[in-house]
Amino acid sequence: MAIKVENLTFIYNQGTALEQKALDDVSFEIPDGQFVGLIGHTGSGKSTLIQHLNGLVKPTGGKILYNGEDICGEGYNLRQLRSKVGLVFQYPEHQLFEVDVISDVCYGPRNLGLSEEEVHARAEDALRLVGMKEKYWDQSPFELSGGQKRRVAIAGVLAMNPEVLILDEPTAGLDPRGRDEILDQIEMLHKERGMTTILVSHSMEDMARYADRLLVMNHGKKAFDGTPKEVFRHYKELEQMGLAAPQVTYVVHALRERGLEIDEDITTVEEARDALLAVLRRPGKDQHA
Amino acid sequence: MLCWRYCADLERINMLREITIGQYYPVDSVLHRMDPRTKLFGTMVYIVSLFLADNVWGYAAAAVFLAVVIRLSRVPVSFMVRGLKAILFLLLISVSFNLFLTDGEELFRIWVLRVTKEGVRMAGFMAVRLIFLVMGSSVMTLTTTPNQLTDGLEKSLGFLKKIKVPVHEMAMIMSIALRFIPILVEETDKIMKAQMARGADFESGGLVQKAKSMVPLLVPLFISAFRRATDLAMAMEARCYHGGEGRTKMKPLRYAGRDYAAYLTYAAYMGVMAAVRVVF
Repeated sequence: MAIKVENLTFIYNQGTALEQKALDDVSFEIPDGQFVGLIGHTGSGKSTLIQHLNGLVKPTGGKILYNGEDICGEGYNLRQLRSKVGLVFQYPEHQLFEVDVISDVCYGPRNLGLSEEEVHARAEDALRLVGMKEKYWDQSPFELSGGQKRRVAIAGVLAMNPEVLILDEPTAGLDPRGRDEILDQIEMLHKERGMTTILVSHSMEDMARYADRLLVMNHGKKAFDGTPKEVFRHYKELEQMGLAAPQVTYVVHALRERGLEIDEDITTVEEARDALLAVLRRPGKDQHA
Repeated sequence: MLCWRYCADLERINMLREITIGQYYPVDSVLHRMDPRTKLFGTMVYIVSLFLADNVWGYAAAAVFLAVVIRLSRVPVSFMVRGLKAILFLLLISVSFNLFLTDGEELFRIWVLRVTKEGVRMAGFMAVRLIFLVMGSSVMTLTTTPNQLTDGLEKSLGFLKKIKVPVHEMAMIMSIALRFIPILVEETDKIMKAQMARGADFESGGLVQKAKSMVPLLVPLFISAFRRATDLAMAMEARCYHGGEGRTKMKPLRYAGRDYAAYLTYAAYMGVMAAVRVVF
């Protein structure tokens, strides 16, 4: 039991005319090592929710437990929590400030009060993990390309050696190659280090491909919670929330309506390919006539 | 201790959010719908009237007028009172100066400080005048968005264009600056949180340490401000912005019935204030 959220409620500007309920009685539990996808339309409370998970926002009501301890409790060490639960904000490259790449990545571990050697060792590890070559380490972070900047910023969080990694739309605004590289690296981190990962994304394709479990937020409430296949079965409800199922799921549904016997729970292109080939190779039937 | 410090950080973020709202209090009322020029003029009338009053009845009339206006604005009185916090110090100083340094009939004496009858009167009037002044102008800022206010100013000061004062440009600069305040506050909030997620600490340490801890906040903030400024300039040029010459408005300010009614009320109010001064 790594993260447990109980009846979490958060209200912005409480007591004024601009009062707004951002989170409404949200409860869930994320066990160690899970890859959780978090989806919801803009303004559904995703960002507010993940900021609660490392204590950047104080809940209006409810509780957040990390490894069984209440993070809002008196005397709870929030700084330590923030080193355990790494949060990568949207457009994280906007937080870069140092003169060179390596110093910027050192900022996090240095704040943890580690020795200088340890700080550098961790920074170098983190930069290697995100695939930044050594020749870039002494460059100004502002001279790098968008995708590289973002990797440096992610390294800045990874250098704190978090147990949980939360990423808020880490691929927003990147080109297709930058996107794939970042997502593959996140998946690799998740697999190799067993890091609990929470990924916020608007790409249903990415969710189907990487997540073990999907949490769907709608108007501050938890709308669905299950495996991607279970959740995407509700594609009609998802559409009403301004979301959708992966493109290929629609293709599969259309094929089924035309009488092709194919599994309706297909969510990735690879699955669809295999299923289609299996159907078409089945002897005795002339489906594609 | 640690926790307390982070709570302080969070408090500060919340404070920033409160500034984001600025002064404007978004409800629907007659005063909110009124033309900004009417409100600007009304505020000026009210300030002048406060200096016109020289006896209890005058201040009573000003109080009644203010109470009615506050009632009409549908803004909670607590918001008006909040504005008074800023002038508390000024209020204390001016009240004590008037109290102790006015010549006249002695009431009592504390050590070398003489309190006179005239002093009490003057101090009381001064306090009431200051409080009414601040509350009166808060009514305007609470019921008018900054953009409406600049629009109103631009139009009211339009006559200055004749003597080559770039009124439009100044109004544009003002409204862009106002528009950027919430954006930059939000950006500060975001960067602050992002650095806090990397273990930043904006509270502890001496002055030098504190100044140093601001670097991770200020550098990204400046970069983002410059980026936004460039983007905005480009977006404006892309839409053929070329200054105020020949520019028309999508929503030109136009007086409605309630504005004429307001001007009549001002005249009546000023009449009452003048009468009170002459009669009593």
